[in-house]
Amino acid sequence: MALELYRIDDRLIHGQVVVGWGQPLDLRFIVLVDDEVAASDWEQELYRMGVPPDMDVYFEAVDTAASNIEKYQNDERRGLLLTGDIGTMTRLVDATDGAIRHVNVGGIHHRPGRTQRLRYVFLAPDEETQLRELAARGLEVTAQDVPAAKPVPLDELLAGVGA
Amino acid sequence: MSNFRAIVAGHGTFAEGMLSAVEQITGRSDLFLGLTNRDLSAQGVEALMRDRLAATGATVIFTDLPAGSCTMAARRIQRELPATAVVTGVNLATLLDFAFHAEAGDAEAVEHAADKGRAALVVTGGKRGA
Repeated sequence: MALELYRIDDRLIHGQVVVGWGQPLDLRFIVLVDDEVAASDWEQELYRMGVPPDMDVYFEAVDTAASNIEKYQNDERRGLLLTGDIGTMTRLVDATDGAIRHVNVGGIHHRPGRTQRLRYVFLAPDEETQLRELAARGLEVTAQDVPAAKPVPLDELLAGVGA
Repeated sequence: MSNFRAIVAGHGTFAEGMLSAVEQITGRSDLFLGLTNRDLSAQGVEALMRDRLAATGATVIFTDLPAGSCTMAARRIQRELPATAVVTGVNLATLLDFAFHAEAGDAEAVEHAADKGRAALVVTGGKRGA
Protein backbone atom coordinates (compact mmCIF):
# COMPACT_ATOMS: atom_id res chain seq x y z
CA MET A 1 0.00 0.00 0.00
CA ALA A 2 1.16 3.50 -0.77
CA LEU A 3 -0.15 4.81 2.52
CA GLU A 4 2.54 3.74 4.95
CA LEU A 5 1.02 5.20 8.10
CA TYR A 6 -2.39 6.27 9.38
CA ARG A 7 -1.47 8.69 12.12
CA ILE A 8 -3.39 10.59 14.78
CA ASP A 9 -1.43 13.70 15.73
CA ASP A 10 -2.94 16.88 17.12
CA ARG A 11 -0.10 18.97 15.69
CA LEU A 12 -1.00 17.69 12.21
CA ILE A 13 1.89 18.66 9.90
CA HIS A 14 5.02 19.34 11.95
CA GLY A 15 8.65 18.33 12.27
CA GLN A 16 8.12 14.74 13.43
CA VAL A 17 5.80 14.06 10.51
CA VAL A 18 7.62 15.85 7.70
CA VAL A 19 11.18 15.08 8.74
CA GLY A 20 11.02 12.39 11.45
CA TRP A 21 8.82 10.03 9.40
CA GLY A 22 9.13 11.71 6.02
CA GLN A 23 12.81 11.10 5.47
CA PRO A 24 13.20 7.46 6.59
CA LEU A 25 10.01 6.40 4.83
CA ASP A 26 10.77 8.56 1.78
CA LEU A 27 7.29 10.03 1.98
CA ARG A 28 6.20 11.97 -1.08
CA PHE A 29 2.70 12.93 -0.01
CA ILE A 30 0.56 13.59 3.03
CA VAL A 31 -3.21 13.26 3.13
CA LEU A 32 -4.43 15.62 5.83
CA VAL A 33 -7.97 14.68 6.83
CA ASP A 34 -9.70 17.41 8.77
CA ASP A 35 -13.09 18.94 8.01
CA GLU A 36 -12.08 22.37 9.27
CA VAL A 37 -8.79 22.56 7.39
CA ALA A 38 -10.43 21.22 4.23
CA ALA A 39 -12.81 24.18 4.34
CA SER A 40 -10.14 26.85 4.87
CA ASP A 41 -7.81 28.08 2.15
CA TRP A 42 -5.74 29.93 4.72
CA GLU A 43 -5.19 26.83 6.87
CA GLN A 44 -4.20 24.86 3.79
CA GLU A 45 -1.70 27.49 2.75
CA LEU A 46 -0.22 27.46 6.26
CA TYR A 47 0.38 23.72 6.14
CA ARG A 48 1.66 23.79 2.56
CA MET A 49 4.32 26.27 3.59
CA GLY A 50 5.64 23.72 6.06
CA VAL A 51 6.48 20.93 3.67
CA PRO A 52 9.38 20.65 1.24
CA PRO A 53 8.69 21.22 -2.46
CA ASP A 54 9.05 17.52 -3.31
CA MET A 55 6.23 16.54 -0.95
CA ASP A 56 2.56 17.01 -1.90
CA VAL A 57 -0.20 17.68 0.62
CA TYR A 58 -3.80 16.76 -0.11
CA PHE A 59 -6.53 18.20 2.07
CA GLU A 60 -9.64 16.15 2.57
CA ALA A 61 -12.76 16.22 4.67
CA VAL A 62 -13.72 12.84 6.13
CA ASP A 63 -16.28 12.13 3.42
CA THR A 64 -14.00 13.04 0.51
CA ALA A 65 -11.10 11.15 2.11
CA ALA A 66 -13.27 8.06 2.26
CA SER A 67 -14.17 8.46 -1.42
CA ASN A 68 -10.54 8.89 -2.42
CA ILE A 69 -8.78 6.46 -0.11
CA GLU A 70 -8.39 3.74 -2.71
CA LYS A 71 -6.70 6.22 -5.02
CA TYR A 72 -4.23 7.17 -2.28
CA GLN A 73 -3.62 3.55 -1.32
CA ASN A 74 -2.79 2.73 -4.94
CA ASP A 75 -0.54 5.73 -5.48
CA GLU A 76 2.93 4.80 -6.75
CA ARG A 77 4.49 7.12 -4.18
CA ARG A 78 4.71 6.58 -0.45
CA GLY A 79 2.35 8.63 1.67
CA LEU A 80 1.05 9.23 5.16
CA LEU A 81 -2.53 9.90 6.20
CA LEU A 82 -3.01 12.24 9.11
CA THR A 83 -5.88 13.20 11.39
CA GLY A 84 -5.78 15.59 14.32
CA ASP A 85 -7.90 13.55 16.70
CA ILE A 86 -9.20 10.09 17.42
CA GLY A 87 -12.78 10.99 16.53
CA THR A 88 -11.82 11.96 12.97
CA MET A 89 -9.82 8.75 12.49
CA THR A 90 -12.75 6.72 13.84
CA ARG A 91 -15.14 8.42 11.42
CA LEU A 92 -12.76 7.70 8.56
CA VAL A 93 -12.42 4.05 9.58
CA ASP A 94 -16.22 3.84 9.72
CA ALA A 95 -16.53 5.37 6.25
CA THR A 96 -13.88 3.25 4.54
CA ASP A 97 -15.13 -0.22 5.39
CA GLY A 98 -11.99 -2.12 6.24
CA ALA A 99 -9.54 -0.11 4.13
CA ILE A 100 -7.60 0.99 7.21
CA ARG A 101 -5.97 -1.79 9.24
CA HIS A 102 -3.41 0.02 11.35
CA VAL A 103 -3.62 3.22 13.37
CA ASN A 104 -0.61 5.05 14.77
CA VAL A 105 -1.22 7.26 17.82
CA GLY A 106 1.51 9.81 17.26
CA GLY A 107 0.73 12.73 19.52
CA ILE A 108 -2.26 13.72 21.62
CA HIS A 109 -1.29 16.34 24.13
CA HIS A 110 -2.58 17.55 27.45
CA ARG A 111 -5.87 19.30 27.91
CA PRO A 112 -8.34 19.29 30.80
CA GLY A 113 -10.08 15.93 31.23
CA ARG A 114 -7.26 13.92 29.71
CA THR A 115 -4.96 11.56 31.61
CA GLN A 116 -1.33 11.07 30.66
CA ARG A 117 -0.60 7.64 29.21
CA LEU A 118 2.75 8.29 27.58
CA ARG A 119 4.98 11.34 27.37
CA TYR A 120 3.21 12.32 24.17
CA VAL A 121 -0.22 10.77 24.67
CA PHE A 122 -2.96 12.07 26.95
CA LEU A 123 -6.41 10.52 26.68
CA ALA A 124 -9.91 11.32 27.89
CA PRO A 125 -12.15 8.37 28.83
CA ASP A 126 -14.23 8.65 25.66
CA GLU A 127 -11.05 8.67 23.55
CA GLU A 128 -9.84 5.49 25.27
CA THR A 129 -13.18 3.91 24.48
CA GLN A 130 -12.86 4.87 20.81
CA LEU A 131 -9.38 3.34 20.60
CA ARG A 132 -10.61 0.14 22.26
CA GLU A 133 -13.46 -0.03 19.77
CA LEU A 134 -11.04 0.32 16.86
CA ALA A 135 -8.96 -2.53 18.25
CA ALA A 136 -12.07 -4.65 18.84
CA ARG A 137 -12.84 -4.29 15.14
CA GLY A 138 -9.50 -5.85 14.28
CA LEU A 139 -7.35 -2.77 13.71
CA GLU A 140 -3.84 -2.75 15.08
CA VAL A 141 -3.56 0.33 17.29
CA THR A 142 -0.13 1.34 18.52
CA ALA A 143 1.47 4.49 19.87
CA GLN A 144 4.77 5.64 18.41
CA ASP A 145 5.93 9.21 18.06
CA VAL A 146 9.02 8.69 15.87
CA PRO A 147 10.32 5.75 13.80
CA ALA A 148 13.22 5.07 16.16
CA ALA A 149 10.85 4.54 19.11
CA LYS A 150 9.34 1.17 19.96
CA PRO A 151 5.66 0.88 19.03
CA VAL A 152 3.53 0.65 22.17
CA PRO A 153 0.55 -1.74 21.84
CA LEU A 154 -2.84 -0.39 22.89
CA ASP A 155 -3.02 -2.46 26.08
CA GLU A 156 0.30 -1.07 27.24
CA LEU A 157 -0.69 2.41 26.19
CA LEU A 158 -3.88 2.34 28.23
CA ALA A 159 -2.04 0.87 31.20
CA GLY A 160 0.36 3.81 31.05
CA VAL A 161 1.22 6.53 33.55
CA GLY A 162 -2.28 7.48 34.56
CA ALA A 163 -3.70 3.99 35.07
CA MET B 1 8.49 46.05 29.30
CA SER B 2 11.65 43.92 29.11
CA ASN B 3 14.70 44.28 26.87
CA PHE B 4 13.80 41.12 25.00
CA ARG B 5 13.61 41.78 21.28
CA ALA B 6 12.90 38.34 19.91
CA ILE B 7 11.57 34.90 20.74
CA VAL B 8 13.66 31.86 19.77
CA ALA B 9 11.43 28.80 19.45
CA GLY B 10 12.19 25.22 18.54
CA HIS B 11 12.25 21.54 19.30
CA GLY B 12 13.70 20.06 22.48
CA THR B 13 16.44 22.25 23.96
CA PHE B 14 17.21 23.95 20.66
CA ALA B 15 16.45 27.46 21.98
CA GLU B 16 18.22 26.85 25.27
CA GLY B 17 21.35 25.72 23.46
CA MET B 18 21.28 28.58 20.98
CA LEU B 19 20.82 31.18 23.70
CA SER B 20 23.61 29.64 25.74
CA ALA B 21 25.91 29.98 22.73
CA VAL B 22 24.81 33.58 22.09
CA GLU B 23 25.53 34.49 25.69
CA GLN B 24 28.94 32.79 25.59
CA ILE B 25 29.95 34.74 22.50
CA THR B 26 28.31 38.12 23.09
CA GLY B 27 27.75 38.20 26.82
CA ARG B 28 24.13 39.13 26.17
CA SER B 29 21.28 37.18 27.66
CA ASP B 30 18.73 39.98 27.55
CA LEU B 31 17.76 39.98 23.88
CA PHE B 32 16.22 36.59 23.25
CA LEU B 33 13.63 34.61 25.15
CA GLY B 34 13.60 30.88 24.45
CA LEU B 35 10.64 28.61 23.97
CA THR B 36 10.33 24.86 23.46
CA ASN B 37 7.43 22.99 21.91
CA ARG B 38 8.23 19.88 23.93
CA ASP B 39 5.13 18.04 25.15
CA LEU B 40 2.79 20.77 23.92
CA SER B 41 -0.10 20.56 21.48
CA ALA B 42 -0.26 22.97 18.56
CA GLN B 43 -2.65 25.12 20.57
CA GLY B 44 -0.32 24.92 23.55
CA VAL B 45 2.66 26.12 21.54
CA GLU B 46 0.66 29.01 20.13
CA ALA B 47 -0.69 30.03 23.55
CA LEU B 48 2.79 29.97 25.08
CA MET B 49 4.19 31.99 22.18
CA ARG B 50 1.43 34.58 22.51
CA ASP B 51 2.15 34.88 26.23
CA ARG B 52 5.86 35.37 25.62
CA LEU B 53 5.25 37.99 22.95
CA ALA B 54 2.81 39.87 25.15
CA ALA B 55 5.14 39.72 28.15
CA THR B 56 8.19 40.94 26.25
CA GLY B 57 6.80 43.18 23.53
CA ALA B 58 9.03 41.33 21.06
CA THR B 59 8.09 41.59 17.39
CA VAL B 60 10.48 38.98 15.99
CA ILE B 61 10.18 35.18 16.20
CA PHE B 62 13.06 32.92 15.18
CA THR B 63 12.15 29.25 14.66
CA ASP B 64 14.20 26.17 13.91
CA LEU B 65 12.30 24.25 11.22
CA PRO B 66 9.96 25.44 8.46
CA ALA B 67 7.61 22.50 9.06
CA GLY B 68 7.79 22.68 12.84
CA SER B 69 4.92 23.42 15.18
CA CYS B 70 6.70 26.54 16.42
CA THR B 71 6.72 27.91 12.88
CA MET B 72 3.07 27.02 12.44
CA ALA B 73 2.22 28.80 15.69
CA ALA B 74 4.27 31.83 14.71
CA ARG B 75 2.52 32.11 11.36
CA ARG B 76 -0.88 31.87 12.98
CA ILE B 77 0.08 34.72 15.28
CA GLN B 78 1.51 36.65 12.34
CA ARG B 79 -1.87 36.56 10.67
CA GLU B 80 -3.26 38.68 13.51
CA LEU B 81 -0.06 40.64 14.10
CA PRO B 82 1.37 41.22 10.61
CA ALA B 83 4.12 43.47 11.95
CA THR B 84 5.63 40.40 13.61
CA ALA B 85 8.59 39.01 11.65
CA VAL B 86 9.01 35.24 11.49
CA VAL B 87 12.40 33.81 10.51
CA THR B 88 12.59 30.05 10.01
CA GLY B 89 15.64 27.82 9.86
CA VAL B 90 17.55 29.99 12.30
CA ASN B 91 21.19 29.23 13.07
CA LEU B 92 23.73 30.67 15.48
CA ALA B 93 25.14 33.10 12.92
CA THR B 94 21.66 34.56 12.45
CA LEU B 95 21.16 35.17 16.16
CA LEU B 96 24.63 36.61 16.65
CA ASP B 97 24.12 39.09 13.84
CA PHE B 98 20.74 40.08 15.21
CA ALA B 99 22.35 40.58 18.62
CA PHE B 100 25.04 42.83 17.20
CA HIS B 101 22.48 44.87 15.26
CA ALA B 102 19.88 44.92 17.98
CA GLU B 103 19.98 48.67 18.27
CA ALA B 104 18.85 49.02 14.65
CA GLY B 105 15.17 48.71 13.89
CA ASP B 106 13.83 45.18 14.04
CA ALA B 107 13.00 45.00 10.33
CA GLU B 108 16.50 46.02 9.28
CA ALA B 109 18.15 43.79 11.87
CA VAL B 110 16.09 40.79 10.79
CA GLU B 111 16.97 41.13 7.12
CA HIS B 112 20.63 41.59 7.92
CA ALA B 113 20.66 38.62 10.28
CA ALA B 114 18.89 36.35 7.80
CA ASP B 115 21.48 37.21 5.15
CA LYS B 116 24.29 36.36 7.57
CA GLY B 117 22.65 33.10 8.50
CA ARG B 118 22.31 32.01 4.89
CA ALA B 119 25.92 32.92 4.17
CA ALA B 120 27.16 30.96 7.18
CA LEU B 121 26.00 27.64 5.79
CA VAL B 122 29.07 26.49 3.89
CA VAL B 123 30.25 23.04 2.82
CA THR B 124 33.94 22.29 2.52
CA GLY B 125 35.71 19.04 1.72
CA GLY B 126 33.88 15.77 1.41
CA LYS B 127 33.76 13.77 -1.80
CA ARG B 128 33.02 16.79 -3.96
CA GLY B 129 36.07 18.59 -2.64
CA ALA B 130 38.32 15.55 -2.98
